[in-house]
Amino acid sequence: MTVADSIRPTSDALLSVTAPKRPANMGQIIRWLLLFLGGVAMVMPIAYMISTSLKWPHEVYNVNLIPDEPTIENYTYVLEDGRFYHWFVNSLVIATLTTVSNILFDSLVGYTLCKFRFPGRYIIFIAILSTLMIPTEMLVIPWYLMSQQFGWLDSYWGIMFPGLMTAFGTFLMKQFFETVPDDFIEAARIDGLNELQIWWTVAMPLVKPALAALAIFVFLGNWTAFIWPLIVANSVDMYTLPVGLSSFGDEADVAWELIMTGAAISTLPTLVVFLIFQRFIIRGVVMAGLKG
Amino acid sequence: MATLALRNLVKRYDKTEVLHGIDLEVADGEFVVFVGPSGCGKSTTLRMIAGLEEVTQGTIEIGGRVVNNLEPKDRDIAMVFQNYAIYPHMTVRKNIGFGLRTAKMTKLEKSARLEEVAAILDMTDLLERKPSQLSGGQRQRVAIGRAMVRDPAVFLFDEPLSNLDAQLRTQMRLEIKKLHQRVGNTIVFVTHDQVEAMTMADRIVIMKDGHIQQVGTPAEVYHSPANAFVARFIGAPSMNMLPATAKDGAISIAGGAPLDLARAPDGVLNVGVRPDDLVLTGGVPILTGRVTVQEPLGNETLIYVDAGAQAGGEVIAKADGRTPPAVGSTVTLHADPGALHLFDATTGVTIR
Ligand SMILES: Nc1ncnc2c1ncn2[C@@H]1O[C@H](COP(=O)(O)OP(=O)(O)OP(=O)(O)O)[C@@H](O)[C@H]1O
Ligand SMILES: [Mg+2]
Repeated sequence: MTVADSIRPTSDALLSVTAPKRPANMGQIIRWLLLFLGGVAMVMPIAYMISTSLKWPHEVYNVNLIPDEPTIENYTYVLEDGRFYHWFVNSLVIATLTTVSNILFDSLVGYTLCKFRFPGRYIIFIAILSTLMIPTEMLVIPWYLMSQQFGWLDSYWGIMFPGLMTAFGTFLMKQFFETVPDDFIEAARIDGLNELQIWWTVAMPLVKPALAALAIFVFLGNWTAFIWPLIVANSVDMYTLPVGLSSFGDEADVAWELIMTGAAISTLPTLVVFLIFQRFIIRGVVMAGLKG
Repeated sequence: MATLALRNLVKRYDKTEVLHGIDLEVADGEFVVFVGPSGCGKSTTLRMIAGLEEVTQGTIEIGGRVVNNLEPKDRDIAMVFQNYAIYPHMTVRKNIGFGLRTAKMTKLEKSARLEEVAAILDMTDLLERKPSQLSGGQRQRVAIGRAMVRDPAVFLFDEPLSNLDAQLRTQMRLEIKKLHQRVGNTIVFVTHDQVEAMTMADRIVIMKDGHIQQVGTPAEVYHSPANAFVARFIGAPSMNMLPATAKDGAISIAGGAPLDLARAPDGVLNVGVRPDDLVLTGGVPILTGRVTVQEPLGNETLIYVDAGAQAGGEVIAKADGRTPPAVGSTVTLHADPGALHLFDATTGVTIR
């Protein structure tokens, strides 16, 4: 038997397979359907948020997606309300400072745990990791007592201090610094940089994707944080945006149209942050300096 | 430029000692190559010279100054790594300039120096590129450039060519050698490739298991190896080792007929003979066997000869490239008695 003979049956079999194409199509249809449903599930809340923000108060409990009489009255009201502006700035300042702090300190600690050998290093790492298992709800009371004793209640610092460093961020950065080869660090040491300079000029640029991801996480987390700011901020001027929005309306009547308007406006900074940082999430930056 | 001296250098990691007292003097402007099998401590020695690894015991002197407790940057050395370690987020210009960050020079002097180095390495056109836009050989040149700009007393290279393909490796080997002739700095170069060592070194340091086996010029280590390890490590293909016994100035190799060799002491020993010296005609007959494999190299052909259990299996010999003996034929291999190396059977030390 020649080689051609031994191959032919296989190719015939392959050709005959083209006939039953339906199952593949069905799979395709189901896949599209699921994706569509997922998309709807994600878009609906946003659509309702925008729709409600365009409604008059009497129409709020009407489930129509398209308002009968659309209005931008809510937007003018919210934007002209001094409180909203205040809360927006509060949130922006707090989320930005916390993000910067996390970028600096999480990576410093992560870098140290990753690249230096010292006694107790492993224990410290485990201790940091183990704090991930404690839920925020459990920490709120000790935090509050602490803030009270130190006089941090009702201040930016009081709102920010629990989140200035995170165990998750430290862990993330430590893992990413593992991908930075020691050769880079040693080369920089020989070139005369001190350890802090090596961290900043050599190691940090190599983990930009991780820093971008961390920045997005931390910013969003703090922008939407609710429980702790609600507890620690007492005066209306110290409210963050989510806390402030929830207080729209009076005791008897929650002003959903205003809350939704505020929420719609408050999504804008998160979009901006995402657009700024996502372009740093480019893979394979580290490898380019190595090998051939 | 400076001399380099290692005195009784010992390195221990926790309890395991990996270097057991290295002694070496390197002259000013000398090109010294450390060579040895994987794990013998070449990199460790180099990294100790660089200051990246603590010295457990002993001293390192650069230019007559003990540097044991100096930071790497204060030792007046530069190092080129196996993985190049050029920063991917910086242009070639920045990478090379990085070595000058701490130099006490004006900006103008620095950029002049940078241009000069780029010109020497033929990289002037590539200065604005990022490492990802360079070939392997060009990246290696950037790494060398970054070391060169500082004009260090001692250059340290840790297997800088092992990531390059064979052709590029040969080319870079030549370039580094030329560079050394041009700039004249002291160089310590680590490799596990004995061809690299032979072609580049003024002197070769052969290491094994944390000990220096021999220090000598390429010719010395090739022609007068200190022991059987060096004899087999240097030269390709490796030297054949044949068991032998000697009595009253006559030696019987692999159970063969005794032949006169006055320098052989009585007793059991090993006889080494390089494939180049083991030929079909000329000299005295050494052993007989059947040809199992031919390896034509053009001008000559290497033949693998099964010389029987007593000879320890296969030996490699050299035949003429035009008329090699056929596979399966029986041949008698000859050598000049002067080309035989004698080694103590237990210690491996050369018997002269
Ligand atoms: N950090 C360390 N801890 C413990 N042992 C180590 C450490 N670094 C190296 N060693 C050991 O020291 C010995 C010498 O290692 P070294 O890296 O110097 O070898 P080498 O000669 O450079 O080998 P190669 O050719 O593979 O690079 C090895 O046995 C290695 O296992
Ligand atoms: Mg090594």
